[in-house]
Amino acid sequence: MSNLTSRDGAKARKLLDHLYNPKSRGIFFQLVMLAAILWLGYEVVLNVAHNLEAQGIASGFGFLDRTAGFDISQTLIPYSNTMSYGRVFWVGLANTLLVAGLGIVLATIIGFIVGAARLSRNWLIAKLATLYIEVLRNLPPLLMLFVVYFGVLKNLPSPKASLELPFSIYLNARGLYMPMAHREPGFGVVIAAALIGIAAFVALWQWARHRHRLTGHPTPLLLPGLVLVFGLPLVAFVLAGMPLSFDLPVQGRFNLTGGIVVQPELAALLTGLSLYTAAFIAENVRSGIQGVPAGQREAAAALGLKPRQILWLVVLPQAMRIIVPPLTNQYLNLTKNSSLAIAIGYPDLVSVFAGTVLNQTNQAVEVILITMSVYLVLSLLTSLAMNIVNVRMSLVER
Amino acid sequence: MRAEPGPQPMISRTRPGEKRGVHAVAIWLHRNLFSSWSSTALTLMGCVLVYWLVTGIFDWAIWRAIFYGADGSACRVEGAGACWPFVTAKFQLFMYGRYPTEELWRVNVTYALALAGLVPLMLPGVPGKLWLAIYMLVIFPIAAFLLLTGSSWLGLPVVSTELWGGLLVTLVVSCVSIAVSFPLAILLALARRSDLPLIRWSAIVFIEFVRGVPLVMVLFFASVMLPLFLPADITFDKLLRALIGIALFSAAYLAEVVRGGLQAIPRGQFEAADALGLSYTQKMGLVILPQALKFVIPGIVNSFIALFKDTSLVLVIGLFDLLGIVQQSVAADANWFSPQTAATGYVFAGFVFWIFCFGMSRYSVWLEGRLGTGPRR
Repeated sequence: MSNLTSRDGAKARKLLDHLYNPKSRGIFFQLVMLAAILWLGYEVVLNVAHNLEAQGIASGFGFLDRTAGFDISQTLIPYSNTMSYGRVFWVGLANTLLVAGLGIVLATIIGFIVGAARLSRNWLIAKLATLYIEVLRNLPPLLMLFVVYFGVLKNLPSPKASLELPFSIYLNARGLYMPMAHREPGFGVVIAAALIGIAAFVALWQWARHRHRLTGHPTPLLLPGLVLVFGLPLVAFVLAGMPLSFDLPVQGRFNLTGGIVVQPELAALLTGLSLYTAAFIAENVRSGIQGVPAGQREAAAALGLKPRQILWLVVLPQAMRIIVPPLTNQYLNLTKNSSLAIAIGYPDLVSVFAGTVLNQTNQAVEVILITMSVYLVLSLLTSLAMNIVNVRMSLVER
Repeated sequence: MRAEPGPQPMISRTRPGEKRGVHAVAIWLHRNLFSSWSSTALTLMGCVLVYWLVTGIFDWAIWRAIFYGADGSACRVEGAGACWPFVTAKFQLFMYGRYPTEELWRVNVTYALALAGLVPLMLPGVPGKLWLAIYMLVIFPIAAFLLLTGSSWLGLPVVSTELWGGLLVTLVVSCVSIAVSFPLAILLALARRSDLPLIRWSAIVFIEFVRGVPLVMVLFFASVMLPLFLPADITFDKLLRALIGIALFSAAYLAEVVRGGLQAIPRGQFEAADALGLSYTQKMGLVILPQALKFVIPGIVNSFIALFKDTSLVLVIGLFDLLGIVQQSVAADANWFSPQTAATGYVFAGFVFWIFCFGMSRYSVWLEGRLGTGPRR
């Protein structure tokens, strides 16, 4: 009898052990989670199939081959309205990358200048930089776009009364018209010279580093660098008989023709996004520079380094380590914010593909999936690249 | 992104032995504005910029501005500055959208109820935080929902969300999203730090997926895909779809903020809680989260600022928040068409947004100092 109870008790205890065992609990919770995810996925797929059938939409990516039939105001790759929706995707992607790339460069330049200005020993400059940061950081980026686009660029004179700037550059409400350079036969020589110049400069730089490591003697690089990278192609250019022709914008009856046009949408998007992002980058730069312990500066000064050397050789390399991770985030934010283009009609990926193409084809699932994956891939690639930079920089540490 | 408190320490703090008066001023000027040739040049450039900014703003906003007028014709004068009558005429539209005028008191009562709960909750040192939190999280949302949408049961006429707009939509979207996303964010952050691989990976995939795509895409997703995901007989309005999208979006960002807080808690706290035999819920709820959340309050406020600015994107799915409704009035109202209408509208919208965001960022800085959680120097 007692034997039986004790065996029962042992059984019950074993069961309780399982119940309280973190491992079996973990497995249980994960099974519940898995079931929930599977059920949710099943329901979603079922509902989507049902809803699409009810609306008479055929799913699949076949629509990408159908003719688009609409025009796009700015195309970096050849495009006409007889081309396919697939082509529209690439046009939109190229436009997004253009805005993101140019915006990142501009925002970094403005951001570093403002961040440095905020730390300036000049009181007025520091205050002005603070004003810039505090004003722009606290406004929605969309508002900045509206201000630049509808408030400024759309108020420029009409094409008939374009503002004339030097070098045959014209500015009006339709955009910024600039001369476009065309290559003539023989321009290949210039490109070859430029490549040779850059290669020679890199070799020189490596040699100088090697020499510096061995002997401690610095080699002046600025002048030879300028000569090699810019002088060599220039000489080749002159020798080849200046193989470039310029297509100048010409004032027509209604509009300017010829040259290359920067659309006001692109200009507004670039200005708005880079000014906005620059405010955040400036803050990153400031906290990065302030994050370098004062002892580093003092030690460098004690070693007799000049203020410029202290900044470039001691403070900035260490500050960059603090700046890079948040900087990556700002670059990603800028890329993602470029989707605000849809509000002012710049033909970026979201606006042409997730906007126009989706409306024309009703292929919501496919279009949104494609667009989202593009952004996911972009952000993964950026984080990957920045992680590599980060690892290389932190390796310097002991 | 964390706003840092205060300006740089000034180099010219007068020391006890130093001369005062005119001489001190001269020293200060010399050190901070004219220490070298380059500094002097910068100062002069700065002065020109300040002069240009101040006179430009004064000239546009006051001197050449139009203050009275029944419609845009008053502003269509050559060389006119800001068109302020546009803002006064549209003020109700900007604040409440097309919410019926005779029902506006309901919105105002909701604001008053919110302030009554929020102000004591946000001031450290006011007792009864628990009751205030219960009021804000349980009683207030129900009251606000009944007041704003109306209910025939209480004798309040129903106001469709199609009529909502302006600052009302901005505030509703940002407050509801933060309230919904906060608990979600805590769960996600805990899941991301869980030992169970499936749970951890679900959280990672969700967070990284949402953080990797722009809010515009999330809003498109919520407005186009969500209806497809649900059975055909379930439909809900545009505002709710936007709310779901933005709440999920901000949950992913907030989760990372909360995770930062969790990571800042020393291991010893986890181990001590385990050693005391606390269950997972007790350990997290009583030991870890109270410390972690206190640590990230500034981060949470900053997320809220970002969310507040991002609400303006609901424009892309056809909802009109403050910025959207200003933009719509500027672009579509022919009565008020004038060269400066757009600029005036944007300045007004920008001013409102700026006041809110700047106020919150100052609050976060102040709180950081109060709680002693800021970066130590």
